[in-house]
Amino acid sequence: MAATAPADVPAIAKKWKDKRGSLIMALHDLQGRYGYVPRDAALELGKLMGVPLARIYEVTTFYNFFKLEAPGKHIISVCMGTACYLKGAPELVARLSEKLGIKAGETTPDKQFHLQQVRCIGCCGLAPVVTVNEKVLAKVKPAEIVDQVYACAKGA
Amino acid sequence: MTTVKAIINGLPVEVPEGTTILEAAKQVSVKIPALCKHPDLHPTAACGICIVRIKATGRTLRACCTPLEHGMEVITHDPEIVAVRRGIVELMMSKHPNECLTCARNQNCELQTMCADFNIEKSDLDSIVPDLPLDESTKAVSLDPRKCISCGRCIQVCQEMQNVWALCFMERGIETRIAPAGDISLAESPCVKCGQCSAHCPTGAITEYDEAPTVWQKLMDPELHCVVQIAPAVRVAIGEAFGFPVGTNLTGKLYAALRRMGFKAVFDTNFGADLTILEEAHEFVERFAHGKSELPLITSCCPAWVDFMEKYHADMIPHFSTCKSPHEMVGALAKTYYAQQAKIDPQRIFMVSIMPCTAKKFEIQRSEDMRSSGYQDVDVSITTRELARMIKQAGIDLRSIPEEQPDHMLGAYSGAGTIFGTTGGVMEAALRTAYKLVTGANPPRPDFTVTRGLKGVKEGRIEIAGKEVRIAVAHGLGNVESVLERVRAAKQKGETPPWHFIEVMACPGGCVGGGGQPYGATDELRVKRAQGLYQEDTAGLWRCSHDNPYIQKVYADFLGHPLSEKAHHLLHTHYIPRPVYQR
Repeated sequence: MAATAPADVPAIAKKWKDKRGSLIMALHDLQGRYGYVPRDAALELGKLMGVPLARIYEVTTFYNFFKLEAPGKHIISVCMGTACYLKGAPELVARLSEKLGIKAGETTPDKQFHLQQVRCIGCCGLAPVVTVNEKVLAKVKPAEIVDQVYACAKGA
Repeated sequence: MTTVKAIINGLPVEVPEGTTILEAAKQVSVKIPALCKHPDLHPTAACGICIVRIKATGRTLRACCTPLEHGMEVITHDPEIVAVRRGIVELMMSKHPNECLTCARNQNCELQTMCADFNIEKSDLDSIVPDLPLDESTKAVSLDPRKCISCGRCIQVCQEMQNVWALCFMERGIETRIAPAGDISLAESPCVKCGQCSAHCPTGAITEYDEAPTVWQKLMDPELHCVVQIAPAVRVAIGEAFGFPVGTNLTGKLYAALRRMGFKAVFDTNFGADLTILEEAHEFVERFAHGKSELPLITSCCPAWVDFMEKYHADMIPHFSTCKSPHEMVGALAKTYYAQQAKIDPQRIFMVSIMPCTAKKFEIQRSEDMRSSGYQDVDVSITTRELARMIKQAGIDLRSIPEEQPDHMLGAYSGAGTIFGTTGGVMEAALRTAYKLVTGANPPRPDFTVTRGLKGVKEGRIEIAGKEVRIAVAHGLGNVESVLERVRAAKQKGETPPWHFIEVMACPGGCVGGGGQPYGATDELRVKRAQGLYQEDTAGLWRCSHDNPYIQKVYADFLGHPLSEKAHHLLHTHYIPRPVYQR
C-alpha cells in the first residue's frame, strides 16, 4: 500500500496548477498514484495549487469516483447497471456484504477487500457482472459469488 | 443609468438594468419568498422557492438570480406557482427534524415561518431525517447538520465573506451535508468561531453554544457573587428582540434588568474599552513617536480576528497590540481591583460577559493569560441572543422597566468606549487619545469620520502635530488579507509601511453585526445599530477615554500608569502561531 507521504504531490501540482478547472484532473492523478486521495496529500496539493481543502473535499465527496480511504488489496466491483440490477446484482452485494462484514463503499479491517458498486461497465450480455481487480466474473450466481471472489483473490 | 421597464403581476415597474426580479418585485409591494437568498450574499438559486413565471414563454425562472428584462411580463403568484413552492417546503420538512418546540430558533426561524405561511398541516412524505451527530466541539457555535436545509448561506459566509473555509458541502444530492472538510470536528477545523454562519442560517442548524442554563445556576448559588458586564454593541441590538426600533439604545434598562436577574454588580465593557484605549494608544505612540518595535500596530480586540491571525498570519504577531480585549480587562479587574475595594474574596466572584459575539466564548479560555487574576478572569460569555431569552424567562418587561446606572467603578464610560461596538470605532477612539498623548491637548474635533461606514477597507490620513498618521480599517475577515498583503509587500521591499495603525474586526459592520446578535442583520440594520452608538458618543459627558475619571482613578489607585508592570500582567496578552491547516 502506498504510504501517504506526499512525495509525488509537487509534480502533480506543477502539472495542473495553471490550467483552469484542472483540480479534478490533479485529483485523478493523485488517486492514480495512491489508490485514493489521502488527506495530507490533498492538503499539500491544495497548498501548492492555491485551492482550499474545503473545496477539495467538496469535489472528492461529490464524485463517487474518488476514494478518501485506502482501498483494500482486492477491489470487488459489482455492476449495478440496469441489466445487472435486474439480473440480481443487489443479491450479490448482499451476499458479499454479509460474508465480508462491510457495506458497499467500505474496506475490510484487514484491508484485503474493498467492495464497491459501479454503474454499467459495458458488457450487459454477461449480466450480472462482477469484477475482482482486473478479472471479470460473468453471469454470476448468488450461491457462487463468495467462492469465486476468494478464488480470484487467491490467484492474484 | 439605464433602466428597464417591465410588468410584474400586471403592475408597471422601472428599475436599473441588472436588478433581479426578486428585488424589482419589492417596488410594487410584492414579496417573493426565498430561503437561500440573503441580502448580504449573492444568489445561488439553491432553494427554488422564488420561482416565478415569465408570461410570454410560460417558463418558470428563479427570481433571485434572474435580472428583469425590458418588456418582460412576470407573474409571481398563481395557484401552480404556490403549489410548487409548497412542494419544495414539504420536501424540506420531510428531511427536517420535527423539533421546533425544543429548537433554539423556535418562533425565530425562516423555515418555520415559511411552513406557517404555507400552512402545511400534514404531509404525505415519509420523514427521512439524516442521522448526523451534533458538533459542539468549539463550545462557541453548535452545528446540528440534521437541521440543515442545504441553502448554502453558511458555506458562502464561511468561504467567501470570511475567507475561513472551515465549512463545506460534503457528499451530494440527498446525502448533502454541511461539515468541516473531512471527518473532523469544527474545533479541529480552521473555524475562528466568528459565528457569522449562525447569524445567516435560516434554521437552527448553526446556533450559539447556549450557556444561559449555567448562568442561571450560578445566579442561584448563594456562595457566589455574580457580576456582569455588557459589550457596546449589545445595547443597540437587543431591543430588536423586544420590538424596539432598530438601533434603540437600552443601556439603562439592561442595567436594571441584570440587577433584577440577581447580579450583585453591573459593569460595562465600555469601561474596559476606555482602558484598552489608554493602553493601546500608549502602545501606538511608543511605536509611532518613539520608534519602539514595528509599525503598523494592529488592533486585537476581536477574538475571531486574533484566532484567524494566529492560524493564518502568525508572521503578523510582532504587529499585534498586546492589549487584551475590553471584557477580559474588566474581568481581570473585577477579580483584583473590585474584589479589593468591595472586600470580596475573588474566588467567590463569578464574572459573566454579555457579548454580541460567539468567539468570546472561546476567548475566555484561549490562553493562560486569561487567568491573570489567579482565577479565570471571565467565567462565562453569553451572546445578545442568550440574554434576550434570559430576560424573557425572568419575566422582565424591558419596555417599561425604569433605567438604572451601572456600578461606576468598572462601569462608567466615555463616548470613545461606546463606539468600540462598530467598525472603525476602536481606531477613532484610539486616535482621540493618541492625539492627546502626542500634542498634550484633545483633538479640536474628536470625530475622525474617515473610520466610519460600511466600506470593506477604509483608509485615511490624519495629522497629529504635523506628522501624518496613515490608518486602515477592515471589517469582515474576507477584507483583511488584501491589507496584510500590502503590509508584507512593503516589509519585503524595505519600504515604509502603507499604514501606521490598522483596525480589524471579523464581522461585517464590526460588533454591531456580530455573530451573536439578534437574527436578521443586514447592512441596513448594521448602519442603524452603529448610529445608536454614535448618538451615545456625542451625547456623553466625555468623548475621550482618557477623560473618563473612573479610568483615571483605576490608574491612580491600582494600576499605576498605562503599560505599567501591573497593567502588563492584567491587561495584556501574548500570541503564538497556532497553525491548523492552511485552508
